[in-house]
Amino acid sequence: MSLAKTKHIEQPTVLYMDGVSVSFDGFKALNSLSLFIEPGEMRAIIGPNGAGKTTMMDVITGKTRPDEGRILFNDELDLTRYDEAQVANMGVGRKFQKPSVIESLTVFENLEMSLKGGRSVWQALTHKLTGAKQDKIDEILSMIDLKDRLYEDAGSLSHGQKQWLEIGMLLGQEPELLLIDEPAAGMTDEETMKTAELFKELSKKHSLMVVEHDMDFIEALDCRVTVLHEGSVLAEGSLANVKNNQQVIEVYLGR
Amino acid sequence: MKQEIKGGPLTRLIMNDVAGRRMMMIILAIAIIVPFCNLVFPEGSALHVSTYTMTLLGKYLCYALLAVSVDLIWGYCGILSLGHGAFFALGGYAMGMYLMRQIGDRGVYANPDLPDFMVFLNWTEVPWYWFGFDQFWFAMVMVLAVPGILAFVFGALAFRSRVTGVYLSIITQALTYALMLAFFRNDMGFGGNNGLTDFKDILGFDLQADSTRAALFFASGIALILGYLISRFIVTSKLGRVLVAIRDSESRARFLGYRVEWYKLFVFVVSAMLAGVAGALYVPQVGIINPGEFAPINSIEMIIWVAVGGRGTLFGAVIGAVLVNYAKTYFTGAFAELWLFMLGGLFVLTTLYLPKGVVGLWAQMKDKFMSSGGGGNSGITTGSSSGKSSDQKTSKEAEGNA
Repeated sequence: MSLAKTKHIEQPTVLYMDGVSVSFDGFKALNSLSLFIEPGEMRAIIGPNGAGKTTMMDVITGKTRPDEGRILFNDELDLTRYDEAQVANMGVGRKFQKPSVIESLTVFENLEMSLKGGRSVWQALTHKLTGAKQDKIDEILSMIDLKDRLYEDAGSLSHGQKQWLEIGMLLGQEPELLLIDEPAAGMTDEETMKTAELFKELSKKHSLMVVEHDMDFIEALDCRVTVLHEGSVLAEGSLANVKNNQQVIEVYLGR
Repeated sequence: MKQEIKGGPLTRLIMNDVAGRRMMMIILAIAIIVPFCNLVFPEGSALHVSTYTMTLLGKYLCYALLAVSVDLIWGYCGILSLGHGAFFALGGYAMGMYLMRQIGDRGVYANPDLPDFMVFLNWTEVPWYWFGFDQFWFAMVMVLAVPGILAFVFGALAFRSRVTGVYLSIITQALTYALMLAFFRNDMGFGGNNGLTDFKDILGFDLQADSTRAALFFASGIALILGYLISRFIVTSKLGRVLVAIRDSESRARFLGYRVEWYKLFVFVVSAMLAGVAGALYVPQVGIINPGEFAPINSIEMIIWVAVGGRGTLFGAVIGAVLVNYAKTYFTGAFAELWLFMLGGLFVLTTLYLPKGVVGLWAQMKDKFMSSGGGGNSGITTGSSSGKSSDQKTSKEAEGNA
């Protein structure tokens, strides 16, 4: 807990990014980015292309190592010291922008694989499907509405269904924090609204960070919004607040 | 829905794999009938199988096991190893070393302590790495250990550094090429250019005797069946699904919390050991092992066997290995100089027109027949696992995972 004492704020956080910088060949993708998310909070992240949204997720999930700064998870672990698998097992789930489900496995197999625990090679070899795991899969299935596609290949699902399956796989991991990259991309309006409802439901149990372009979707999420620009935070607040921020308007309209 | 037969692990393994079960029955039958016909029926009898034919078929069985090992990593985990011949050859050398020690003082130089080629090089004692190879059990341990350890070290370096795709293929190719050059050197102590040959007997049985040949043939059949079952057990476990996840979307597997490098390493080592066993059974049947077995072209041929048979099915690999090698035996006899062109053409044609291999073609024809015959939902009722795997596991191939 020694790290927690050096935080700049008092309240507990699930994610605390402090002065994180990343550069690629001289281009600063993240420029001393600092932000924090409270336990159980849902946060929307917006920003123009190249603002550093995806890089931020890469840095949190251990894919990219930052040049500077630290990222505390639950006020104790510095995520910058771990790789993707370790970060995932600590309780950070990530959904990609492009739906990335395992296309040649069935919906069921995708979900089964996502269930928490049993990550070692030996455990995977001797894995058995227990009743508790089956129940968990059923529970997720009813949330993501794929019950009747259970034994179909994930590759045969529609785009929106794949997005949902991937969200289901995140839930299987039982993460504390979910990082979600453009979930509404390619979804119909109806699916988008359904997804927003689902996220609201999820935020009762998890902390969420949602990167999104779709303003209707963010409006439906009804949560705090952070605007990223050139690798750092430009503004933060309610959507209405942010929309009226002069700097934000310039960044979006000036492009 | 998905129909699975319950029961013990072995029952489940065998009963839920219709195509594989049939194939293993056929192989078991061949492993029994061929030696039987060779030994029991006299030459000239219509039922006699010549020793030449039996040895040839024995080679095919070894190649089939090798193909299964290649399919395990390539078909299921997407690791395109273009150096798998190295593991095969190393297993073969381990067996060859034992067979050399068995010669004793019956060599040309009649030296009881040294194999002929060492006498020829004026060596006075057997190098340290030959110790223990006069013991059969030790040689058998080495058949597994040497390919296994090499695969472990090589895999640990490559997979931890996240070398994938073409780059991995190139370094595996370099690995087998480097080993070939090393084994060509006389002072490596493995017989140099000539390799190891002139074997006399194995476990005291004369290698030229039909009964020994028959036993080796039977052993090859059993090894193939066991190798298939081990591979099948792996790919049908959750581990197998993680392998498929790695093949289809490596980053997804990582972000789900799986340590991709350990999974790859595990399956790579298992595969190398299977290849080693295949090599060890191959050598006493063909009577020689030399550095030519490390040649890169051999490793590429293995990929073609698997592609022709149908990638990601395991039993397709067996079919492919037998088909291509039968064709090779025939065509190298009929028009030798054309064979390599045919092999290349075969690979191109398979990739273009048969992305799922012969097995996929079979499934396609069956589907057609079933739908026109009103059979209905064939996919679900016939092989809950086998039909599925043959249909789709290979679908990525055409897109050039290679």
